Amino acid sequence: MVNGLNLLFQFLDSFAFIVLAAAGLAIIFGIMGVINLAHGEFIMVGAYATTLANIRAGLPLPAAMLVGVLVTAGFGLVVERVVISGTVPNALSQRFLGRKVIEPLYDRLADSMVATWGLSLIMVQGVRITLGNSLDQIGTPLGNIAYSGFSYSTYRVMLAAVALGVLALTYYVFTRTEYGMRARATIQDEDTARALGVDTERTYMTTFAIGSGLAGLTGALYAPTITMVPGLGSSFLVEAFVAVVVGGPSVVLGTTLAGGLLGAINATVSNVLGTFFGRIALLVTAIVMIRFLPDGITGFVETLRERRQEGA
Amino acid sequence: MTDGLTNRRGFLASSAALAGTALAGCSGGSASGDDTLTLGVLEDRSGNFALVGDPKHKASMLAIEEINNDGGIDGKQIEVFDPDPQSDNQRYQELTRRAINQKNVDALWAGYSSATREAIRPIIDREDQLYFYTTQYEGGVCDKNVFAVGPTARQQLGSVLPYLVEEYGPKIYTIAADYNFGQLSADWVKVLADENDAEVIGEEFIPLSNSQFGSTINRIQSAEPDFVMSMLVGANHTSFYEQKASAGLDVPIGTSTAMAQGYEHRRLDPPAMANIYAGVNYMEEIPTNRNTSDGGFVDRYYEKFPDAPYLNEEAENNYFSIYMYKKAVEQAGTTEQPEVREALESGITYEAPEAPDGESIKLDGATHHVDHHMWVMRADDQHNVEAVDDRVIPETFLSETVGCDLTQEDEETQYTPQDFYEEAG
Repeated sequence: MVNGLNLLFQFLDSFAFIVLAAAGLAIIFGIMGVINLAHGEFIMVGAYATTLANIRAGLPLPAAMLVGVLVTAGFGLVVERVVISGTVPNALSQRFLGRKVIEPLYDRLADSMVATWGLSLIMVQGVRITLGNSLDQIGTPLGNIAYSGFSYSTYRVMLAAVALGVLALTYYVFTRTEYGMRARATIQDEDTARALGVDTERTYMTTFAIGSGLAGLTGALYAPTITMVPGLGSSFLVEAFVAVVVGGPSVVLGTTLAGGLLGAINATVSNVLGTFFGRIALLVTAIVMIRFLPDGITGFVETLRERRQEGA
Repeated sequence: MTDGLTNRRGFLASSAALAGTALAGCSGGSASGDDTLTLGVLEDRSGNFALVGDPKHKASMLAIEEINNDGGIDGKQIEVFDPDPQSDNQRYQELTRRAINQKNVDALWAGYSSATREAIRPIIDREDQLYFYTTQYEGGVCDKNVFAVGPTARQQLGSVLPYLVEEYGPKIYTIAADYNFGQLSADWVKVLADENDAEVIGEEFIPLSNSQFGSTINRIQSAEPDFVMSMLVGANHTSFYEQKASAGLDVPIGTSTAMAQGYEHRRLDPPAMANIYAGVNYMEEIPTNRNTSDGGFVDRYYEKFPDAPYLNEEAENNYFSIYMYKKAVEQAGTTEQPEVREALESGITYEAPEAPDGESIKLDGATHHVDHHMWVMRADDQHNVEAVDDRVIPETFLSETVGCDLTQEDEETQYTPQDFYEEAG
């Protein structure tokens, strides 16, 4: 006997978690061709900054969350300049050695994975050394919705609306702003874009900062619901990567569809068979998708469209 | 970087201990020459188990410093081999080999999780190394070289479950971590439910990687149990308590894992842990004189480690077992391991902080387990913790049900409840 409201709330909860976990990763991967294995740790930076701003500095929760987003975006900017593009070390080596030492990690999938994985290890241990094994946790605000013997956390249901808002905003930024146009031009053909006067370097930098900021937002939003330990980012990784694989190349549409599909599968299976099978279903879905739709949902749609055009 | 720091800290701690001993040597002059013995202490100070492993390391250092300041063991000063195993079982195996073969440790304390214990037990048994495992665990290890001095699932759950049946009713819902420890603990809940005329009406095992509990919470609500037994483990699972509180699930919860080890009642915002009952042999708030009085265990711990976040269950187990080892060596008159083992098997007792005045806890020679003084500790909606029940609960599974007697027969086995109870399995 499936309770409809339970299922609905579990779906919204799961949808929000998947979309928010994946958003920053999808942008950085989709636009820069960088697989950021430190994505979970960017989320951790957002969660830690939010918690510290709220508990230690006494800021109200929404302001603390804004701090979390800005700190993570700023941190992302530094990482992009130092590790991903290598601009800072290259400028130094140019001055002292007379040559560049670092090749940017754009579109070097395997290399970017190793570099960001190393970064994630440094970040987890660094936080453990400086801030200890755990932080006090903020309580979840907003109480609960009660209905016929059941209840669900209002805050977690609300996150679904926030997730939709994030998707809408991302869509707006990438389709309706000048930055978005430059970013899309850079993905499509970097050389031509540069020839037309797009500062691709700067586009990459901004994109990485935006992606990091979104990871920070995820951390900020989930800070009141999860345990504050240095390794907290790893609990987002499975959902994030599965969603990016399932979603495919189109960032906004892909993430939305992946969140909808995976959220529905995860919520339904968890509801009927339990948490354990819910996670199995998530992973099985990823395997099936990689086998039959290697380009994800949006890649598949794209192929269909191309075929139809050829046929016409 | 961690290594550098922790080692430096470790170095500072041990040089402080040495300085202390040097002073004691000057004033008391009781130390008999430069004779020393070496204890291996492998406890996690980084990685997954750092949160719960670090207090074990600290309390071990406290015991060793106290003993050294007091003239050592039988006149011998204690030296420590204590690298950080970083919550990594492979590193544990390496370090265990190094401790035994290169450092020739006289006794070894090592490991937080049961997985770690099982990873190094073959090495321990091959080398016949005297070994103390101090974490509360699923129980059933009957091994001639292993002294499992933490409370077992039967002791922990056996203290809190009967209390909750009495207090709230017989319908139990179990949630447990989906691995060896959680599965066996859930079996013990079934055995104990049967013994206390209660019934397990639902059961869910949660993968360790899961941190989202929406569907679990709904499932508990739809089963309407009188109370929940929770054997959740690790940082991901800790999120359950905040999530169930924000979802408005206010059913009482009994646990053998929360609060006493990872001090969730200090880290989480109230009232996440309200109405949670922990069945434990020790936590910082245990109201005994030895524990909380001026100059008691808690005072001494924070005097040595002012910045320590908490003094947890396993920390006390490390502390008292080092003192038990001291008694055994002094009784045996040697650090030769077979003789020390025999002395430990003679029924050593110690006035541990967990036991009230006039009482001590006893190491059972036949099973190498401890008859603990167990406490049921309840957190209220402000996260104040108070004792609501306490009594001595002997280890009975190995001694009565299995019939393990290591003084008569050398064994290296772990027994499980499925082998002996119909309800389990």
